[in-house]
Amino acid sequence: MNWQAVKAIYFFEMARFFRTLTQSFVSPVISTSLYFVVFGAAIGSRIQEVEGISYGAFIVPGLIMLSVITQAISNASFGIYFPKFIGTIYELLSAPINFLEIVLGYVGAAATKALFIGLVILATAAFFVDLSIQHPVAMIAFMVLTCLSFALLGFIIGIWAGNFEQLQLVPLLVVTPLVFLGGSFYSISMLPPVWQTITLFNPVVYLISGFRWAFFGMADVPVGLSLLAIFGFTMACIGVIWWIFRTGWRIRN
Amino acid sequence: MAAMVEIEDIRKVYDGGFEALSGVTLDIEEGEILALLGPNGAGKTTLISTICGITLASSGAIRVGGHDVVTDYRAARGLIGLVPQEVNLEPFEKVRNTVKFSRGLFGKPADDAYIEQILRRLSLWDKRDAAIRELSGGMKRRVLIAKALSHAPRVLFLDEPTAGVDVELRRDMWEIVAGLKEDGVTIILTTHYIEEAEAIADRVGVINKGRLLLVERKDALMARMGQKRLRIDLQEPISEIPAALSDYDLTLTEDGGALVYAYDTNAERTGIATLMTEMSRAGLVLRDIQTSQNSLEDIFVGLVHTGEDAA
Repeated sequence: MNWQAVKAIYFFEMARFFRTLTQSFVSPVISTSLYFVVFGAAIGSRIQEVEGISYGAFIVPGLIMLSVITQAISNASFGIYFPKFIGTIYELLSAPINFLEIVLGYVGAAATKALFIGLVILATAAFFVDLSIQHPVAMIAFMVLTCLSFALLGFIIGIWAGNFEQLQLVPLLVVTPLVFLGGSFYSISMLPPVWQTITLFNPVVYLISGFRWAFFGMADVPVGLSLLAIFGFTMACIGVIWWIFRTGWRIRN
Repeated sequence: MAAMVEIEDIRKVYDGGFEALSGVTLDIEEGEILALLGPNGAGKTTLISTICGITLASSGAIRVGGHDVVTDYRAARGLIGLVPQEVNLEPFEKVRNTVKFSRGLFGKPADDAYIEQILRRLSLWDKRDAAIRELSGGMKRRVLIAKALSHAPRVLFLDEPTAGVDVELRRDMWEIVAGLKEDGVTIILTTHYIEEAEAIADRVGVINKGRLLLVERKDALMARMGQKRLRIDLQEPISEIPAALSDYDLTLTEDGGALVYAYDTNAERTGIATLMTEMSRAGLVLRDIQTSQNSLEDIFVGLVHTGEDAA
């Protein structure tokens, strides 16, 4: 393993993050605060407690997931797409490194950034609502796994994308709807029965449900199933990346 | 001793069916400067990309320092520095950081003293903390060289290092290359400026349409270039060269209307004055004379055209 290269890519990507610290740090704080103002204060005051939890606290896990997933995807996809776009990818291809090291560097950095933002949002949320986390270790584990798996997905999108529109396409058309419809702002039990069944085909439901269990000890679906879902999703992404690695798809001609 | 870079019958066919390299075989010795000369689209960049791992060859084998570039790519690529043709740089990154990044990619631990040495050598030290986008075009090219040198490669590929560069910067570039050669770095550069090959190369390879048409020592090529031809048009055509002129290297044109005299401009005596005297003694009357010179360009153009006719 060329750990120097992994380190070089990781810190080079992190440097980009710190260079744009205002964007990276301030914008999630502001948008989370806005969500709390709108959903927590304005709408939440009219909503009864959801399964014994105040609505403001109930949406915290979903809000964190929303940002973490979006950030993990956009950071990882941009990280690998940008060198392709400006041509510096030649350096990655001609260096004595393999695909695993490239993935570790880019995905590791993207996941770190997403995790950082997730924690920032958690801290922001603590200002607005009373939060007690019942399973802190599981909460961190869920967050880390989500960061990693969606950074892997972002990496795949970055490799696949041929232009900036395509780079935005998957997050905008697929991921955002799935996250919004995945129970970020409501409990699945609040839906009509038909939709409860349909919702179970949305993989994000399992993530948010598991994550919410770590906070409040209650979930829409069994925690084991949530773990299985995120594990399966991570494996699927690794499988695709392994295939890209084998064939040189969209990278090496 | 084995060559530093061994290229064996490399072919590259792109997905669309276009054959960019049609069986190139070439050995590059350690410490030499080889100039690959060829028109646009000849396959120069494809050849370099294939050696460096950016493109996969359709068939054939390449070894660098004895290491196969596919099966033993880590060892092979560790020896190589690549300066690409396009100025591909992260615009917002600082000069020093981007050079450090390159060193890290090649698995070398950070070495600030070495990076400083490279940046100073390339006159970039004053700009070490400037963002790339603030630099002039010439400086950006030097940053590319600094990145390629960051891991102390034994072989350096320069793809069109002076394309679109002004005369002064071109001379700077040649000096940098000469300095690297003194350090024992093997240098392969592509160019379509014949002047550049003449100025710095030890050997010159001519490539066109994916074929290597010629590889020769530059001095041998220059010797051919030193040949001049004097064409003497005669008032009256003759059927054969007069015996009195048999000492001279003369050929008679097919129509018998002109004599062509080949001579070496580097020789102490060209023999032109005596030839003229002998000719008038032999009763030949001149109508016109003209001289022409073999240049690397002639050789190049000749080769490229022959290649096209054959294709």
